[in-house]
Amino acid sequence: MHSIFRYVPVVVALLIAAPAAADVKIAFIDPLSGGAATTGILAQKTHQFYIDAINAAGGINGEKIELISFDNKVNPQESLIQLKKALDEGARYVVQGNGSSIAHAITDAVLKYNERNPGKEVVFLNYAAVDPALTNEKCNFWHFRFDADADMKMAAMTDVIAKDSKVKKVYLINQDYSFGKAVAVAATKMLAEKRPDIKIVGDELHPLQKVQDFSPYVAKIKASGADTVITGNWSNDMVLLVKAGKDAGLKVKWETFYGGSPGTVTAIGEAGVDTLKQVTEWHKNATPDLDPTVAAFMKRYPGKENEYAYYRAKAMWDMFAAAAKKAGSNDPVKVAKALEGMKMPTPVGEVEMRADNHQLLQPLYVSTLSKNTKYDVEDSGLGWKSDAKVDAKATALPTTCKMQRPT
Amino acid sequence: MLELATVSLLNGIVYGLLLFMLTSGLTLIFSMMGVLNFAHASVFMVGAYLSYQFARWVGFWPALVIAPLACGLIGAAIERYGLRHVHKSGHVAEILFTFGLAYLIEELVTMIWGRNAVANSVPAVIDFPLFSLFGSSFPAYKGLMMAISIAMFVFLYVALKRTRIGLVIQAALTHPQMVGALGHDVPGIFVLVFAVGSALAGLAGVIGGFMLLTQPTLANAIGPIVFVVVVIGGLGSLGGALIASMLIGILQTFAVAIDYSLLDALRAAGIAVTRASPLYDFYSIKVATAAPIVPYVLLVLMLIVRPRGLMGKRDV
Amino acid sequence: MKSVAAAPEMTSAEPTPSWMTRSRTWVGAAAILLVLPHIPGLNADFGRSLLSQMGIAAVFALSFNLLLGQTGLLSFGHAVYFGLGGYATVHLMRAINHGLPVPVPLAPLAGAATGLLFGVLFGSVTTRRAGTIFALITLGIGELVYATTFMLPSYFGGEEGITASRTRGPALLGFDLGPQLQVYYVVALWAIIAAALMYAFTRTPVGRMCNAVRDNPERVEFVGYNTQRVRFVAFSAAGLFAGLAGGLHAINYEIVAADSVSALRSGTVLLMTYIGGVGRFIGPVIGAAVLTWLQASLSGYTSAWLFYLGLFFMAIIVFAPAGLAGLILMHRPIIRMPAFWRVLRAYAIAFAPALVMTIGAIVIIEMSYRLSTQPELGTRMRLFWTDIDAATPWPWLAAVVMIVSGFVVFRKTWPIVAQAWQQATTEASVAAGAR
Repeated sequence: MHSIFRYVPVVVALLIAAPAAADVKIAFIDPLSGGAATTGILAQKTHQFYIDAINAAGGINGEKIELISFDNKVNPQESLIQLKKALDEGARYVVQGNGSSIAHAITDAVLKYNERNPGKEVVFLNYAAVDPALTNEKCNFWHFRFDADADMKMAAMTDVIAKDSKVKKVYLINQDYSFGKAVAVAATKMLAEKRPDIKIVGDELHPLQKVQDFSPYVAKIKASGADTVITGNWSNDMVLLVKAGKDAGLKVKWETFYGGSPGTVTAIGEAGVDTLKQVTEWHKNATPDLDPTVAAFMKRYPGKENEYAYYRAKAMWDMFAAAAKKAGSNDPVKVAKALEGMKMPTPVGEVEMRADNHQLLQPLYVSTLSKNTKYDVEDSGLGWKSDAKVDAKATALPTTCKMQRPT
Repeated sequence: MLELATVSLLNGIVYGLLLFMLTSGLTLIFSMMGVLNFAHASVFMVGAYLSYQFARWVGFWPALVIAPLACGLIGAAIERYGLRHVHKSGHVAEILFTFGLAYLIEELVTMIWGRNAVANSVPAVIDFPLFSLFGSSFPAYKGLMMAISIAMFVFLYVALKRTRIGLVIQAALTHPQMVGALGHDVPGIFVLVFAVGSALAGLAGVIGGFMLLTQPTLANAIGPIVFVVVVIGGLGSLGGALIASMLIGILQTFAVAIDYSLLDALRAAGIAVTRASPLYDFYSIKVATAAPIVPYVLLVLMLIVRPRGLMGKRDV
Repeated sequence: MKSVAAAPEMTSAEPTPSWMTRSRTWVGAAAILLVLPHIPGLNADFGRSLLSQMGIAAVFALSFNLLLGQTGLLSFGHAVYFGLGGYATVHLMRAINHGLPVPVPLAPLAGAATGLLFGVLFGSVTTRRAGTIFALITLGIGELVYATTFMLPSYFGGEEGITASRTRGPALLGFDLGPQLQVYYVVALWAIIAAALMYAFTRTPVGRMCNAVRDNPERVEFVGYNTQRVRFVAFSAAGLFAGLAGGLHAINYEIVAADSVSALRSGTVLLMTYIGGVGRFIGPVIGAAVLTWLQASLSGYTSAWLFYLGLFFMAIIVFAPAGLAGLILMHRPIIRMPAFWRVLRAYAIAFAPALVMTIGAIVIIEMSYRLSTQPELGTRMRLFWTDIDAATPWPWLAAVVMIVSGFVVFRKTWPIVAQAWQQATTEASVAAGAR
């Protein structure tokens, strides 16, 4: 027996070959399969694109960044399993965005991990999960959000709706989870303040990324007599909703957060002209000329499934690199402290990472799908045209965040 | 209200007929061989993918014929080279085999067409509003699907009741030894049944791919519900399968439209319920939210109360 | 419905070892569990995390095998008891976080109790039938519970699930469960207790009756036993241990969401158990360990790993229904025979063409996956220390040649293996006769 057991450590060590020591490992945890994969994969490419640019410029403090991807299938439990795997492999930064349900699980897990593992802290860079709670009651020092939250976007959206006297009846349809509920609550509250005469004729919550055919929901919208639909839906839930609406000949204004979700413009086509609206930090026609990094991205990833959408990723990685440089270290605690309150000029205006709740303040655009724009999307001949722009400072909202900072 | 009810009924019928296309093949296979074919929905998915692929190569109408035929061949091969060899190990091994197959097909499809949904858009020839009802248009491809589904029912009904091979199949269902003793090739019949069942699933896939999303998770999304329909409808009963499909289709579609909960009912009855009340969560579930569990409650009840299903002739 | 037992070799065929041998085995197993997380390669977070997952999966798979291997019941909804046990545990942990004076390592008991409760509740319905109808009802109940988790968000937490902290509570003997090593020891302790109890269950008269119900229900009825009762007892016991596994899962990940009760998880435990081998007590443990390890290591290297898993599963069903445990233990009678070396040599001969064939298949699968799922990475890739370009026909051609030639040669080696086996088994039976 002894003779066999002598080899056990060797064999085990061979089987579990330790991953080669890399420089700065960043774990990307997002849906790479299933209903939300289109969004997750597009984000993965965008992050990789900006990271490659940082690496090509010499990396951060002489070290290269490596993005390791983990598929979470928009499932919080799977996300934590993958997070654990990422941390076990030595990642000290986590990037996630699709799904506030996931972001809640990750921010909670990161907080616990950092409490238990002083000296091995992890920082969470959130590029798209916009439940306001993440920078309010559930905020913590380790979480940084680079996308405007649902309240900020809803404020911009309702400002524009308030000026449109044709809007009389609004239907809310959202995904049944923290973010979808936050959108519905914000819409109800803000419309009541800004346009008390508007009637909310429906407030629907449907399962997240599980609905295959939205026809029954469209029938309900139709029957309610709504002239405007407000939705925070994203990925397939956005595409299939407008597709079912088009099939049934539904004539409404779509007030959306993610009308630019991959495939949406293709699905709605001409029917979306002047009716499909979105609230974003950027669109192709926001500035007179295309940002050179966007042009480079389009060259590297051609095809309409790669329609560039995550402009905030540029701000995120620029700030990340700048923070590492300012800190003179790639240690997450030092980088996080350098990020707090950081300001950075961008082609759309100055952006700022709020120190009190770690919410990025950036300009927001409300735009409408139009013909004859300079740059079109998804090779459709249609593009976004700005209705309004809100400056970064003006998007700030009061916060209830009270965070504990490491000493 | 009438408007919503009518449109919902129409949507429900469309969904029900799609379910029937899937169920008819499965119920054939299940009743003949007692095999719970977990891979049936996977063949449906393959049908959707093949039609997408063939439509790009040779156009939609040829694809409508080729894709189901290819699925039939796949089905025949599964029976002849797979299931038949596992048969001797018992029903559990057979079920496990089809279960593993479903797993494998999902990955195979991923390997060929990728993880994301393919752009399986409705071809221009059938992409127009067929008619308008209360201002809601009804797309032509859904009309085509209804027509195909009904044609399928008629074809199967006639084939089973009026043709010689149909009678042999019916007999093999109840008296396999006797049919074998009379010199009929029972294994051959099995291959045929499996092929036909799979071809029907493939045909359903061609049309279903337009309504649902053609992606690798498609089989998982629709698979369990098909089992429910088969059991509720009753083994070997085509009529039962049709009724059960429509029942489930209409029930699910209508449930989405109903926003009332037990809470509303209680309040209407004058019973005060507040957030502090025990079971508040339970009372406040809207019918729309509860819709997904309805088929499974029906399934469990049916298996307990009447295991032969609505119109089945023998127990599962 | 007739007997639907799957594996040719059954647990009842295992000879009952003497009391001494048995206790030696368990003490040995405990000792191995004790030292495992200190072995180089496993003594970091990654390895300890992996070991914890293996332990949880092993308990879950063993509980599943009480149904499949012991009683011949194929369930497609076993995750229900795992998940509900997990939810109960995570709620208890939350209560502990808020001051309930219970040590967290005891929290999985809440999972076990809940698993048992629902095992009894649903078991009274599902075990009325065996065979295919049982499989269908469990499938239905699985979907039912899964859908229900989204309807009652205050208990199940909706999409977000329920989270808790394992460290905020009274420390037991100075353990606060912060480090993964401590979590591992909690898992290992519960796992060995659960395994011992489940083993003991198979040795009780009820456990024996389960085998009889699996093999010949008619006769059992004849002798005067109620088959439904026997199935019910097995089902409830399986629920209890599945709930315990769910509780351990809750401690390890500190989150429980709807995924825990999903059909996917029910399917995974089925794969683990069957691949490991349903006919031997150790089978599910082997399956759980192998699959957990494959998932952790292989999924990092290839996006096609589920495809390989599917192929592996199909191969086991068709060629080795007794699973990995059956394959390994098949060699026990011949291991001391002189001809065993001939068997090994024959394996080595057959291994070479099989390897060529496998490499060919892997090359094709990997290239296909690259082209379809990661086209942005380009067509150039590195496989088996060779740079290839999937856009050219050569690697495809080479792979096909490898598969075909490998297969042709592999078939020619079968008689060599068969002959060696023949000789070894003859020697073994002669030796047995001599004894």
